[in-house]
Amino acid sequence: MRGVVKRVGTGVAVLAALCGLYTGYRWLWMTTGWTWPFVVDDITMPSLDSIVGALFDPVQTDGQTLLSLLVESSLFTAREAALGFAMGSIVGFALGAVIARFVVLQRGLMPYVVASQTIPILAIAPMVVVGLGNIEIGGWTPTDWLRVSVISAYLTFFPVTVNTVRGLQSADPRAVELMRSYASNEWGIFWKLRLPSALPYLFGAFRVAATASVVGAIIGELPSSIQDGLGGAIINFNQYYVLNPQNLWATNLVAAALGIAFFLVVVAVERLVVHRPPERFA
Amino acid sequence: MTTPETVVSLAGVTKTFPKGGVTAVQDIDLDVGRGEFISLIGPSGCGKSTLLRIVGDLVSPSAGTVSVNGKPAARARLDRDYGIVFQAAVLYDWRTVTKNIALPLELLGWNRTTRRARVAEMLELVELTGFERHYPWQLSGGMQQRVSIARALSFEPALLLMDEPFGALDEMTRERLNLELLRIWAETGSTVIFVTHSISEAVFLSTRVVVMSPRPGKIAGVVPIDLAQPRGVTTREDPRFFEHVTSVRELLHAIGADSIEPTLVEGFE
Amino acid sequence: MSTVVVDERPAHLTRLTKSVRSWLPAAVVFATGLVSWQWLLPDVAGIESFLLPRFSDVMDALWTERDALRAGAWITFKEALGGLLLGSVAGIAGALALARWRPLGSALMPYFIAANAVPVIAFAPVTNAWFGTLSPWSKIVIAAVLCFFPVLVNTLRGLTSVHPSSIELMHSYAASERATFWKLRIPTSMPFVFTALKVAAVLAMIGAVVGDFFGGSTEALGVAIQSSVALSRYEVAWAAILVASLLGIVLYSGVALLERVLIRWHPAARDD
Repeated sequence: MRGVVKRVGTGVAVLAALCGLYTGYRWLWMTTGWTWPFVVDDITMPSLDSIVGALFDPVQTDGQTLLSLLVESSLFTAREAALGFAMGSIVGFALGAVIARFVVLQRGLMPYVVASQTIPILAIAPMVVVGLGNIEIGGWTPTDWLRVSVISAYLTFFPVTVNTVRGLQSADPRAVELMRSYASNEWGIFWKLRLPSALPYLFGAFRVAATASVVGAIIGELPSSIQDGLGGAIINFNQYYVLNPQNLWATNLVAAALGIAFFLVVVAVERLVVHRPPERFA
Repeated sequence: MTTPETVVSLAGVTKTFPKGGVTAVQDIDLDVGRGEFISLIGPSGCGKSTLLRIVGDLVSPSAGTVSVNGKPAARARLDRDYGIVFQAAVLYDWRTVTKNIALPLELLGWNRTTRRARVAEMLELVELTGFERHYPWQLSGGMQQRVSIARALSFEPALLLMDEPFGALDEMTRERLNLELLRIWAETGSTVIFVTHSISEAVFLSTRVVVMSPRPGKIAGVVPIDLAQPRGVTTREDPRFFEHVTSVRELLHAIGADSIEPTLVEGFE
Repeated sequence: MSTVVVDERPAHLTRLTKSVRSWLPAAVVFATGLVSWQWLLPDVAGIESFLLPRFSDVMDALWTERDALRAGAWITFKEALGGLLLGSVAGIAGALALARWRPLGSALMPYFIAANAVPVIAFAPVTNAWFGTLSPWSKIVIAAVLCFFPVLVNTLRGLTSVHPSSIELMHSYAASERATFWKLRIPTSMPFVFTALKVAAVLAMIGAVVGDFFGGSTEALGVAIQSSVALSRYEVAWAAILVASLLGIVLYSGVALLERVLIRWHPAARDD
C-alpha cells in the first residue's frame, strides 16, 4: 500500500513540477520580453488554465465540447493503433518464429529486417494510405481507418520480428540439451523453453511498438484527410491555430495521454506475464 | 619508523547486518604477524568473506576493534596499506592488461614512467610478460586472476587480502597458481589473508589455518601448519600434509556436529 | 580402419564456401526483390503504378529530379543532424547530472521511460508556430525532443549499472567519488550511450522528415514526399523516400563507425 501511495505521490509531484515549469517559463519570458528562442505570448504558449478551460467549451457554436470531441477522436485513433498493433505483432511473431527455425531464412531475410530499422519508415505513411485507397480487391476498397491500421501494423512488425528471432534463439543451449534429455520434441522445446525465454525480448518490442502504433496512426490520418481521429483534429486545429491555440495544445495533451496509456497497458501486461528482476540502481 | 610485528589485529570484532538482523561474525580475536600466510576456512555462511572485508574497511564492524599496520582499518585503507583480490578478477573491460595493473598507481598519482616500470615488474612477477596490450576478454580465467594479483601488488602493500581468488578455476590451474602465489609471497615478503573453501589449498599455502564456524561466525580453531618452506609439488605428498588436512577436516566436522563451542588446537591461546 | 573424418579440401576453399554460404541467401533475396519490383509485380501481378511504380521508373524520377532531391536531402540532413546533436548533448548532460543525485534519478526514471511514449511528432504544428513553418528550427526541436529521452534513459542506465565488485575495488584504493566517476562509471556507460545514439539517429531522421508533413521548406524531403503523393507523382515520391532511407542509413552508420572507433575494446559480439 505504501508503495502505491509513494508512486502516486511522485506522479503528482512530477505533474505539478511540469505545470510549474511551463507557467514559470511563460511568466518569465512574457515579463522580460525575451525573443530567444522564440517569442512567448498567448498564441505561442497559451496559459494552462485557458487550455483546461477550452476543454469544456463547445468546439463549434452549440456543438460538443472539445473534451468530448477529443475523447471520440482518441478512441478512433486508438482503434486504428490497436488493430495495427495486433496485426503487426501476430505477423511479426509468426515470421520471427519461422526465421528463427531455419538458418537459411535468417541469413536471407534478417539483414533486411534489421536494416529496415535504420530507415524512416514513417515517411512511407502517406504513400501507403493513399495507395491502398486506390486498390480494389474484388470490388472492395479498404476503409479509411483500416488503411491507417496498416501503417501501425507495419511499424509494429519490424521490431517484433527482430526481437522474436533474438528471443527464441536466446535459450541457453544447455537448457535445450536438458529438454532433449527429457525426450522432448521440437514443439515441446518451443512451448516450454524457447517461448518463455523470448518473452522479455517480445515485451521489449511491444513497448516500442505500442508507441509506434499510436504515432503511426496519427501520422497515417494526415494525408487521407480522415476527420475522425486525432490526426484529423491536429490538422483542423492547426488551420485555426492563431484564433484558438488552446485547441491544438489540448489535442497534444490528449495525444500524449493516449501514447502513455498504450505504453502503460503493455507494461502492466508485462508485469503479469514476465517476472523480471527489478532494475538495479548502483 | 619501526614496522609493527603484528600486521593485523582483531579484537572482539562482531558484525550484525541491520537488514534481517543476521550476525555474520561474532567476537573474533585474531592477530596476524608480519610475513604470515593465514587462511580463513569454513562452511558457507561462516562470515569469512565478511571478516576479510572488515579488515579491508569495506564493511564496518558493529563492535570490536580492527587495526592494520598499527592504525585503525579506515586509516589503513586511506593509506592504501593493502591490496585486495576478489573471486572474480574484476578487471575493467576497456583497459588493457597494462592499464588494468596501473589503475591503483594512477589513483596514487604516479607519473607515467614510474607506472610503466612498475607494471613491467609486476608482469614479470606473475609471468605474463608479452600480454601488455591484451584485453581481459582475450585472456583465460587463470590469466585474468594473475593480472588481478599483479594489480593488487603493484603498489607494494604490506598486506594482501584474497577472497577465494582461485575458486572459479579448475583444479590443475588452481594448483599451479598456488605455487605461483607462494613464490610471489616469498619474493615480496608480504602478509596474506586468504579465504578459501578448499582444505588442501588452505593447508598447502598457509602458515596457519583459521577454521570458522557458521552463523554466527566464530573462530572454531587455528591449526598451525609446520610444513617446510619453500613448499612445492612434493609437499602435497608429504605424510604430514595429509595429517594437517585431516586435522582441519576433523575440526570442520566437529563444528558441523555441535556448532556452538569452539574447539582449540595447539598454538592458539 | 580410421573412424576420423578428414577434411580433404584446402583451408582457403572451406573459408570461401563458408562466407559464400553466409551472404548468399541475402543476395538471393535482394535479387528476387529487385526482379519482383521491376517485372513480377507490375506485369504479372498487375500492381498499379500508384502503389509501387516500376523500379526503372523510380530510378528515372531519381535522375530527373536529382537537383531538387539533393537540395531536399541536404536540408533534411541538416535538420536531422542538428536535432540529433542537440537532443543527445542534452540527454547526456541530464544523465550526468542525475547520476550525481541518484535518488532523484531513480525516482524520475519511470517518468522518462513513459515520456518516451508521447507522440512528439504531433507537436510539430506548435513548433511551426514558434519558429515559423519554413524555419529548420521547428524540425530540429522535434528531432531533438525525440532523441532526448532515449539518450537520457540509456546513458543514466549505463552510469548506474556498474558492478558492485568494481565499486568495492575502487573503495579498496580509497579512490575519490570523482575518480570513481571518471575511471569507472563513464567507461562503463559508453556502450549504453552508443546504443542510444544509434536509436536516436533513426528517430532524428524520422523527426526531420515526418515533421515536414506538417509543413516545411518546399524543397525538404518530407514536403516533397507529401506533395508528390498529392499530385499522384508516385515515382517522385518513392525516389524521395529512397533518398530519405539512404540518409537514415548514412546517419546510423556514422554513429556505428564512431562507436567502433571509440570503444574498440567492446567484445565483437555486436548484432548490427
